[in-house]
Amino acid sequence: MHSPFQQRRQLFDALKEKRNKPQPVQPVTSAQPAPFVACAGCGKAIPRQQLADYFQVCPFCGHHHPLPAPARLSMLLDEGSAKTLPVKVCFGSDPLKFQGYSEKLALLRRKTGLNDAVLTAVGKIGGRKAVVSVMDSRFLMGSMGSAVGEAIAQAVEYAAKAKLPLIIFCASGGARMQEGAVSLMQMAKTSAALKKFSDEGGLYIAVLTHPTTGGVSASFAMLGDITLAEPKALIGFAGPRVIQQTIGETLPEGFQRAEYLQDHGFVDSVVPRNQLKATLAQLLKLHTKGGMAKC
Amino acid sequence: MLKELDTRIEELESKLEEMHPETEAQRLEYRQTMQNLQELKQEYRPRTAADKVYLARHSMRPNINDYIDALFTDFFECRGDRLCKDDGSIVGGVALFHGMPVTVIGHKKGRTLPENLACNFGMPGPEGYRKALRLMKQAEKFGRPIITFIDTPGAYPGKEAEERGQAEAIARNLAEMSSLTVPIVSIVTGEGSSGGALALGVADAVLMLEHAIYAVLSPEGFASILWKDSSRWAEAAQQMKLTAQDLLELGLIDGIIPEPTGGAHNNPQALFEQVDAQLYSRLKALCKMRTSALTAARYQKFRNMGNFMQEEQL
Repeated sequence: MHSPFQQRRQLFDALKEKRNKPQPVQPVTSAQPAPFVACAGCGKAIPRQQLADYFQVCPFCGHHHPLPAPARLSMLLDEGSAKTLPVKVCFGSDPLKFQGYSEKLALLRRKTGLNDAVLTAVGKIGGRKAVVSVMDSRFLMGSMGSAVGEAIAQAVEYAAKAKLPLIIFCASGGARMQEGAVSLMQMAKTSAALKKFSDEGGLYIAVLTHPTTGGVSASFAMLGDITLAEPKALIGFAGPRVIQQTIGETLPEGFQRAEYLQDHGFVDSVVPRNQLKATLAQLLKLHTKGGMAKC
Repeated sequence: MLKELDTRIEELESKLEEMHPETEAQRLEYRQTMQNLQELKQEYRPRTAADKVYLARHSMRPNINDYIDALFTDFFECRGDRLCKDDGSIVGGVALFHGMPVTVIGHKKGRTLPENLACNFGMPGPEGYRKALRLMKQAEKFGRPIITFIDTPGAYPGKEAEERGQAEAIARNLAEMSSLTVPIVSIVTGEGSSGGALALGVADAVLMLEHAIYAVLSPEGFASILWKDSSRWAEAAQQMKLTAQDLLELGLIDGIIPEPTGGAHNNPQALFEQVDAQLYSRLKALCKMRTSALTAARYQKFRNMGNFMQEEQL
């Protein structure tokens, strides 16, 4: 009774069932990222490896793309001199019990290999030792919650104790909304720590990278003895969109960019990424303690 | 919602005013309306975080000028930041508190539209913060305690404000306030939003009125950033932990000043008595401390905020 018609029906049924079954979505494997990246400045395709070799600066137009914290540290610190500073922080605190926040933190921690949006190391720049904290915008836009505030404060305190210069690379959208007023208070915490450090004679160099806005710009980013900035970095308290909505007019070209801040007196120098190490080494040299006595 | 309650109370009050009871029936109605009004007023208390937001922003809530009139004598207003201009959204000056010279600084929102405009709805630019810092440094020079009243929707997001370094001005205040050698007491009287509020709030004692709010930004901004929908602000308010009670629990403020039934605007006199008593006792205790102990304690207080490690170890 296996007539050819029946066989055919069975075959069709089986095919139909297969067709109607929901197919599992194939996750995009991050193991093999696209080999080319489109430059955010000029739109040209750049081989991923080449962009990494240039520390995320476009070889065609010089556009500075965000640089992950570990890459920044390896670019900056003399080979073999870097030592990551362990931070005693309760990573993943969730004071507001904000929906999805802990999961997001856990995911980002896996993805970036960082504990939170800041990484601190002690190392040498041009042979001179310094404490270097680097923010990473891959981690929730480098926003400052309790873990970031605490990590920065501990870096400042370590620099004070070890009598070392402190360099902080800022890259942040501001205070971390998901931690509410606790984030707000990190502004006071970091500023207070830096004031104390400054009163004790410590040298603090702030390097503002794209973007440095909100609560981070209104605290430790703006308290440097020397303030450097990367070209075209967005730096400001309120974001341009909010300002545009508030005042109802379009903002001038280059508003709140690094060069604009230099023109208005809030940045000592705009330094391209490939000259940063040399500039920082020079600054550390200029601030060697001792003065005349060491002549 | 308190807003609806407010309109109903207003309706009843105007109705009562129009009534001229002559006959027995009219007198009965008058008494009935009166009773309704009393009942409504009994009900008038914030139940949700959204209600608190409404109360904190109430236009009749006592403002900096009311506090200056009620709590201090011989107030002399100082103006200008000596760099650019005078910012009307921050009022400051020297006054006597129980006979002791103090420096008083506070945000001003204004009640009427012309007032609102003159003080930019309580949203300071960098000039405001630099004026505040100038007055605080002066207070330090003359050994005067500093009292600040916080009530602002946030620092002004404007073109000129950015041009003149809004971020730098706020950062400088935070850093300098942390090490001033005179006692500082801050009171959040209405809404305290973002760094614009904190820039007057790095104090030895941070107090909040019972129905005041203090947050990283406005609930509208919170909803718009995280959910791309500012109309969900009431939900955001609930989530943000912005009430005085929440902040005390999180260890971010030092005390709550109780408000009269129905909020500060219902009985300002009763509120002023509470504020006066709290201020007096806090200042008295702080003035007894040695300078080094005072600044060290202030530093440590802010240093420990959001340090959840300690709690875990306990």
